[in-house]
Parts: sequence; structure tokens; C-alpha cells
Amino acid sequence: MSVDDTTTAAAEVLRSVEHVPGAAKPNPLVVADHVTRKFGGMTAVDVDHLEVQEGVITALIGPNGAGKTTLFNLLTGFDRPNTGEWSFQGRSLSGKSGAAVAKAGMVRTFQLTKALSRLTVLQNMLLASPSNPGEKLALSWLPFLWKKHEAETTAKAMEILARFKLDTKAADYAGSLSGGQRKLLEMARALMTDPTIIMLDEPMAGVNPALVQSLLGHVQALRDEGMTVLFVEHDMHAVRHISDWVVVMAEGRIVAEGPPGSVMKDQAVVDAYLGAHHDTDLGDDALLDPEVLARLEAEEEKR
Amino acid sequence: MEEFLRILTQSMGELLAPTTAAYAMAAIGLNLHFGYTGLLNMGQAGFMLLGAYGFGITLTTGGSFWLALLVAIAAGVLFALILGMPTLQLRGDYLAIVTISAAEIVRWFGRSTLWQEWTGGASGLQGRYYKEPFQELSFLPEGRFALGPLEYINTGSDSWWTRIVAWGLVALVLVFVWLITRSPWGRVLKGIREDEDAVRALGKNVYSYKLQALVIGGAIGALGGVIFALPAAIVPDSMGRTMTFFVWTILLLGGAATVFGPVLGSMIFFAAYMFMRTGMRALAENTGVGDVITTTNVEQIGGMLVGVTLMLLVIFRPQGILGNKKELAFNVR
Repeated sequence: MSVDDTTTAAAEVLRSVEHVPGAAKPNPLVVADHVTRKFGGMTAVDVDHLEVQEGVITALIGPNGAGKTTLFNLLTGFDRPNTGEWSFQGRSLSGKSGAAVAKAGMVRTFQLTKALSRLTVLQNMLLASPSNPGEKLALSWLPFLWKKHEAETTAKAMEILARFKLDTKAADYAGSLSGGQRKLLEMARALMTDPTIIMLDEPMAGVNPALVQSLLGHVQALRDEGMTVLFVEHDMHAVRHISDWVVVMAEGRIVAEGPPGSVMKDQAVVDAYLGAHHDTDLGDDALLDPEVLARLEAEEEKR
Repeated sequence: MEEFLRILTQSMGELLAPTTAAYAMAAIGLNLHFGYTGLLNMGQAGFMLLGAYGFGITLTTGGSFWLALLVAIAAGVLFALILGMPTLQLRGDYLAIVTISAAEIVRWFGRSTLWQEWTGGASGLQGRYYKEPFQELSFLPEGRFALGPLEYINTGSDSWWTRIVAWGLVALVLVFVWLITRSPWGRVLKGIREDEDAVRALGKNVYSYKLQALVIGGAIGALGGVIFALPAAIVPDSMGRTMTFFVWTILLLGGAATVFGPVLGSMIFFAAYMFMRTGMRALAENTGVGDVITTTNVEQIGGMLVGVTLMLLVIFRPQGILGNKKELAFNVR
């Protein structure tokens, strides 16, 4: 059970970390402060402090509309915040473009898969290779300058495709892949950039259960190779299964942090998902009882 | 029968005509914009007109042929930068709006009296002012030459020399575009065409690539304008919206994102266009059709049929003649 061993090894690092929102980590790779994003009057994201530990799998969960994807977009340069700054490996990334963030080693995937349909699977992979000399216009028309790099990249791409069992599809158009295969391709493509941290936006959404198992295995394998993973997910089973640390968002804020085993029991998480009065039967006559009402009001004030 | 042969010869002549080469060139540029990068340039005629002006004005003011070519290309590059820098950060449709209006602005400036001494105003720059340096370059002997039924003078406006230079330029540019689009650079363009954000998420500067594509395609469009001006005059009103839509029809007919699509499209388009118009004219003159379609209406009906062709192409065969059917399968979103 080597997988379990490494899981505990990664969890071990986080043992000393407090289970509170914004907890400090031993080796934070990403540190964000006072990040807010407003859409009109609505505050979509309002994160005071967040640290993402290096070399572990961190899950970002929360009910619909909690601001998870918006936070993702902000951190990766696909949206601009109203306030806030964040750093990656100690370098500030706030205000940088999506391309610059990706170049720095922070690579993301999308909730709605973005396979490049009219390119083949292999072309999708090759496109992701960083610093390809043939991608400079001035050198592009002289094939002898980039043929070598292209051959090396192709070998690497085939290796990664084989790992995701997509190598037989290399010559097919990406548009002909199934939804689940596209998710795999998108992840494989992100790996072509040799990222330091890979940020997956709902990698399991719309993927059939048989494929979910292998996807989870892939994500764990990335962590075991030393990559940092941050992912947004709704599938609680998947979160519990692979994540080393869970960050819970609700209404734009981070409401809880902790290891997957205990964070789900946190009162703030239960409230966020189910509403504060989920165990009160509103059809119950007890509500008419002034004593019960007073208790509920007192609870409400405490929040 | 003799009449039919004459119509056929005339249509065949269009295959090699300098105008066909000019439109093929413009379509090659538009192919780089739309076919490879997905940029909606609705003002290719503006690039052509600017190229023609740059070429014609440089020659009239005493510049050499080569300098004039450079000025034409520079005009296309500059126009692309001015249009692209503010709009390429926005969504694709905005470029379409900006290019179509900018092309119109260029045309209206050209035909106004503002710079009449340079542009010749609405009546344009007459060919005799700028053709001489170009025709002096000809190494062909005096006289005429016949290739089958096609006979033209060796050097002159509608000559073999014009055809050689026009198609030579098209061939050069075609090789260049083929080289750059099959490279990793071209692959990034195709990626941008499919999904900008995905390419951005892989660390590519999408804006810079789009600007490069717009500039190169625009410069090629300007060269198309030069070829268009070689056998004729530079008249702003003959290089307006109609020209842009002809270029689009040619590109979609031949097949966007294919290497030879623009050239094949242009040849077929002009041969068919000529056949249709001369055919209709012959029918109107010699048969009872003349009561319905008078010879004076032929041009208008021809233009309408081009529009109908463009619509039918987009609906029924958007990949064109050379396009890949397999690619089209995922075209519909």
C-alpha cells in the first residue's frame, strides 16, 4: 500500500498545522492576502489569507456560488481582483496575465474542458511545450532550427499520453474524444508545461465513475512526483479519497481548513452546505415554543 | 458555337488574369487571419487600397519599384497595428466591426479632395503615372505571345509581364505562408482559433500572436492591392466592401485553413464569374431571354449571384473545396 504510505507522509507535514481558516503552513507555495472580487454589489471572493502547502494535494470545496472558480481565475490571471495580492514561490503574481502566470509554473485546467477540437491530440500536447524555438515567427519558417526540439517534445508527449492511455488516440482530432477523455487530455496537456503547481477546476465533473478512479490515481501520482496540486471539486468522495488538506469556502470566504477526515465535521462546513438550521424541523410545533425560538435567535446572533 | 468558344476563352483567360492573382493574394492574407487564427477581418479591401496607394504614390513621386513595394507592405503593417492594438484584447466580433469601418474610412479619405494631389480624389490615380517603372523592369522581348487561345502583348498593362510578376509574387508568398503555418508558430495560431483561453493557460502570449497574424495577413493584403493596381488604375470606389466580400467568397470557396484554397478559389471564382456574365450577356443579346434580363442588368445580377453563392457556401460547404471534412465534424458548437 505505497499510496497510503505517501498519503500519510504528505499528511504528516500538515499535522502541526492549525485547523483554522487561513492557517500558516510549513512550506507555503502560494500565499494570498486580502483578495476580494466584487461583481456589482455582490462580493464573489473575500479571502483574508490563504496558504497552499507545497507538495501536497489541497482540495478547495464549497457549495455552489462559494467563489471557488472565481478565486481560481484570480490566482491564475484570468480575472482581475478589486483588492489583494498573492505570491507564488515568494514572487508576486498579482496583476500578471494568464500567460505570465502559466510561464511561472502555475498551470490550470478549466471547469468546461477546453480541448482544441480541430487540432489532433498530439498537436494539443505539442502546443503546450514551453519555449519552443519554432513558435517564434522569425524562426518558424526554418524547420531545421526547431526539428530537434519538436522531436524531443513529441517523445515526451507520447510518454505522457501513454500514461493517460491516450497514446492510441494521438492522431485523432481532439474534438472526437469523449468528455472524460478530454478531461484527461487537458490534464496531460497541462503536464507538458512541467508545472510546479497544477490547478484543476472540477477534474471529475462529467467523468464516468470508472474513469474517476484512474483520474484520482493520476492526481496522486503527480503529488508523489513532487508536484503541488490544488483542485476544486464537488465530489466529496473524491475529495476524501485523495486530498491531504481541504479548504472550505462559502459566500466568498474561507470558512474552514483541515484534513479531509475532520474538516467535514466542522460546524461551519455543515452550516455552509446544509444551512444552519438543517436539523430543525420547520414543520414542527416546537417552533411555536418561545423557548426554542429564543435558542435559535441566540444561535443566529452567535454566527 | 463560335460565340460559346469565345465565352469559354474569355473565362479561361480569367484563370491567369492579374486580377485573379490580386484576389488570390488578398485571400491568402485573409486565410492567415480567419483560416488559421480565427480573426474576423471584414476590411481586407482597406488593406489592399492602402497597399495600392502606397505603391502608386511612391512611384508617382519618383521612388523606385522596390521602394514602392516596401512602402505598400509598410502601409499594410501600419494599418494592421493601428487596428489590432486596441481591438485584439477584446472579443473577436469587435475586430470585425473595426476593420469594416476602418476600410470604409480609408476609402472615403482616398476619394475626398483632402489629399487629391496625391490620391487623385474620387477618380483615382491613373495607371500611366506609376506603370512605367514597373514595365521598364521587364526582360521580355517586344511583341506578343500566344499560349493556346490566350494571346497578350509581352509588356504592357494587360500583358504577360504583369501576369508573371503577379503570379510570381503569389507563389513566393504562398511558400512563405506554407512554411510559417506548418511550424509550431502556426500551431499556436490554430490553437488560438480553437480556444484563446486554453492557449493562454499554457503560457502563450495570445495577444502578441494575434497581432503578428493580423500584421502579416494585412501586409499580404496590401501586396494584393499592389497586384490589383498593376494592370489598372487605383480607384478607391472599386476597392470597397464588394471587394472584401469577393475575397471572403474566394477564401470560403477554396477552403479556409488550406494552403492552396485561396489560389484555387480565386481561379474558379473569376472563371465562373466571367462565364456567367458573358454567358448571360450573350443570351440576352441573341435569345428571348433579353426581354427578362437586359444586358445592362447583367453586372447587377452577377453581383447578386456572388452573394447567393457566399450564403450557400457558408451553409452547405463551409470547409470549401479543399477543406477537410473530418475537421468540420466538430465545427458546430
